[in-house]
Amino acid sequence: MILHAGQVALGDRLPTLVKPPITRTTLAYFCGASNDHNPLHVDPDVARAAGMEDVFAHGMLNMAYLGQLLTGWVDQSCLRGFEVKFGAIVRLGEQLVCNGEVVDKQLRDGGCRILIRLLATNQAGEVKLTGEAVVELPLAEPAQTTGS
Amino acid sequence: MTSKFVDTPIPALVAEVEKWQLRFFAKAVGETNPIYFDEAAARAAGHPSILAPPTYAVTLSLCEADPYARYRSLGINWCRMLHAQQGFEYFAPIHAGDRIRFESRIVDFIQRRQGRLKFLIEETEAWNQHQVLTTRFRKTIVIRDPEAEQ
Repeated sequence: MILHAGQVALGDRLPTLVKPPITRTTLAYFCGASNDHNPLHVDPDVARAAGMEDVFAHGMLNMAYLGQLLTGWVDQSCLRGFEVKFGAIVRLGEQLVCNGEVVDKQLRDGGCRILIRLLATNQAGEVKLTGEAVVELPLAEPAQTTGS
Repeated sequence: MTSKFVDTPIPALVAEVEKWQLRFFAKAVGETNPIYFDEAAARAAGHPSILAPPTYAVTLSLCEADPYARYRSLGINWCRMLHAQQGFEYFAPIHAGDRIRFESRIVDFIQRRQGRLKFLIEETEAWNQHQVLTTRFRKTIVIRDPEAEQ
């Protein structure tokens, strides 16, 4: 079901998405599934040689989790923009807690543009990713629109 | 200091969107919505096939033998690269069975602190087999290179 403008208000929060702790297995799967074969994320020897404590999560894995927060709330066809800053690396054992809040709502061109502020922290509340998404919603339920 | 690498053309890449790879991606990120891994569910939701999730275009754009070659050719040690920012604009969906052509360019390459800190910004457009722009994405990479001074 597609959300419509009347169902979303400034200050609304998206349902929090909590992902499982990052394990080496998570990173091995994502290395293969994402085509990002950078050994920093799967080979502790390479990670240590590069001055890191150990392997850590791919940025795009963390962003995919924030993407799930969005698509769990709104149909993907409504998504117009999505951007993040990777503020801190996500280590083994850490869990991403993904949150979003509606911070702007503008009616224009027969639709409604919603700006969502995104935040992903670890389980202790340390900031990992910040970002925003732009979503375009119909003004009314699809069945009630006139098609223009 | 910006650089001669800006606007250096990067050869276009054409990649097929494969069902198995979308399923593998869904498994790797713990996806629970079946439109991202089950064709019947995707069709029931009005899609021609499995839907690619919002960040998938980056994965598909890395679908070549050595996606890091372009960075090495810029003298970047890939083990010093960190992804700093990523943004997408969306125009049309990507589904299994699509054939996507990626056109990338380096928008900026900035060196700071005598080259110990570098920022590389790359923009990519993903066009489908119907010549429709599906998404445009922008990747910012930071490279920390403590030895660059010497």
